[in-house]
Amino acid sequence: MSEIAATDALPKPKRDIAPLLLPVVLALLMIPLIGSESSWVTLTVASLAMGMMIFIMASGLTLVFGLMDVLNFGHGAFIAVGAYVATLVLLPLASWAQADSLLTNLAVLVPAALLSMGVTGALGLVVERVLVLPVYGQHLKQILMTTGGLIVAEQTLYALFGPQIIPLPLPTAFRGSFILGDVAISKYRLLALLIGLVIFIAIELVLNRTKIGLLIRAGVENREMVEALGYRIRRLFLGVFMTGSALAGLGGVMWGLYREQVHASIGDELTVLVFIVVIIGGLGSITGCFIGAILVAMVANYGGFLVPKLALVSNILLMVAVLMWRPRGLYAVTSR
Amino acid sequence: MMILSGDPPRSRALSILLVVIVLALLATPFIFPGAKALNVAAKICIFAALVASYDLLLGYTGSVSFAHTMFYGIGSYAIAIALYGLGPNWTSVAAAVAAGLPLALLLALAIGLFSLRVEAIFFAMITLAVASAFLVLASQLSWLTGGEDGRSFQLPELLRPGTVFIGKEWFGFTVNGRILTYYLVFFACALMILALLRVVNSPFGRVLQAIRENRFRAEALGFRTVFHLTYANCIAAMIAASAGMLNALWLRYAGPDTSLSFSIMLDILLMVVIGGMGTIYGAIIGAAIFILAQNYLQALMSIASTAAADAGLPLLPGLLHPDRWLLWLGLLFIASVYFFPTGVVGRLRSKPGSSR
Repeated sequence: MSEIAATDALPKPKRDIAPLLLPVVLALLMIPLIGSESSWVTLTVASLAMGMMIFIMASGLTLVFGLMDVLNFGHGAFIAVGAYVATLVLLPLASWAQADSLLTNLAVLVPAALLSMGVTGALGLVVERVLVLPVYGQHLKQILMTTGGLIVAEQTLYALFGPQIIPLPLPTAFRGSFILGDVAISKYRLLALLIGLVIFIAIELVLNRTKIGLLIRAGVENREMVEALGYRIRRLFLGVFMTGSALAGLGGVMWGLYREQVHASIGDELTVLVFIVVIIGGLGSITGCFIGAILVAMVANYGGFLVPKLALVSNILLMVAVLMWRPRGLYAVTSR
Repeated sequence: MMILSGDPPRSRALSILLVVIVLALLATPFIFPGAKALNVAAKICIFAALVASYDLLLGYTGSVSFAHTMFYGIGSYAIAIALYGLGPNWTSVAAAVAAGLPLALLLALAIGLFSLRVEAIFFAMITLAVASAFLVLASQLSWLTGGEDGRSFQLPELLRPGTVFIGKEWFGFTVNGRILTYYLVFFACALMILALLRVVNSPFGRVLQAIRENRFRAEALGFRTVFHLTYANCIAAMIAASAGMLNALWLRYAGPDTSLSFSIMLDILLMVVIGGMGTIYGAIIGAAIFILAQNYLQALMSIASTAAADAGLPLLPGLLHPDRWLLWLGLLFIASVYFFPTGVVGRLRSKPGSSR
């Protein structure tokens, strides 16, 4: 046994890269199966873009759970509210959005996204105070309360905006695709990819390079110890909850534009998807959530291309496969 | 007491309420004329059994499942597909039972063994995912399930409304196949509820409660908690599937909206919470209150909505529109989880004067 001097650096935790390689391997495996290279590129870009959007929606949920052991079954409501708020800006200013100029398009798109994030963030504050705080620490009641919140939010949207599907056309600058050789890549998907990457990097930087991030990670690992050191973890948690809600709202805007339509039921629809992503990634892990989102999107896109019938249950199969391999998700962060 | 498995209602008001509900349900075909009253009564019976089986999960083991409608739907579709495909006779009904119940059992076993080993929250998420996949599957495989339209079918001869056993000239009302079906539903549901009472008051039920209160401790005492939870899940699934079969027999139809949709799951949750979790009796009370309200309050809402529109109030007509019934339900749900976590039964059982 060698002696360890006090001045030695702490042993680095072993890097666990197997999950990181998973999407890469999956994508490469698909090349021979799909056959045509141009469709492979299109599908891969599509799944990466879809994965980014799902990641944006899911990231808040996984952090909220990891930090405070609160699972928000009403997370989908933020997604739907975000998409609807965006229509409030995008539809009256449709002439700007349809103008043939990138700047004018952005001048309406950016405020719409910001407003959505503001509204959903504020809504997050209300939900946290009214629905989550009173039943803090009681899983059963949390699930029931937040499910109730989801119903109320969805029905209020129906009452305010009507039950019909609202069309939400993409701004002109993001319509169409870039053509590289015989590969067509849709502009909006590239934009989604870009935003998703920026947000992923921003979250990783905040978590790993700032004091707040340090506290959040410490709180995920051992909440009581952080409290014992004198930090007000409740306030930290409120901040994370609001940020997560705002991100869900942004995801909702992006999803609405991606589908070019908005309906209150996207909340329900995406809740399931987001849950699967969070489970696959491991509750509380941002990196796991990122990989999980890409995997889910890949399975949906490749699966939809190769075996359309399978697409109905492909997510469940993916979840089962991942949990067989790692029962607590790709990256298990919490000891819970 | 034997029939109630030594678990009486333990409150005079509750006993009276239960007796009134059961007697009213028993006598519905004779004292409330009309198809609507009979439909409401049958729905109360079916939902009382369904909700009681859900209570076994939610109230006695503390695990939230969102897949209960899936099992309900399996039962409904089993009957519908069998009677549609094999023709309206008792062999098809037997075939449906022989196919539907094992299917529900296997699925519950798989979900349970897979997801009940860890946190309650995990189980909730996985059941939600599986149930939504099943809903999509049922509405897409239209060659089998009839897709969004569902399947209508004929009942066996004996249960048809045209089959008259006692004519009107005898007692002033007709006893026909419809009424026979109603009593089939009534007694089957009563039997299932009594069986559930037996289950929760057995040593097995006590272990479930121990797991709910403190899983770690129950495990330390030597109980294999995963198996207990999985058994409970299987029992609940079988009863839910049976309730689904009765539902299909009563409606002569099975479709995504009547047997699988997420809103039925919410209804079940609400009924459990209103009635009182972990009591079984709560299921009967919850189902009765909820379904009566659903059928008769919506009419009231539409009156209020029109009145508000006539008065020129903004927003209110939209909020009070009968289609927004779920909105008020959701608010009621949150309020009852928050203020009355023990439900009606818990309230009636607690001594007057004390706060709990």
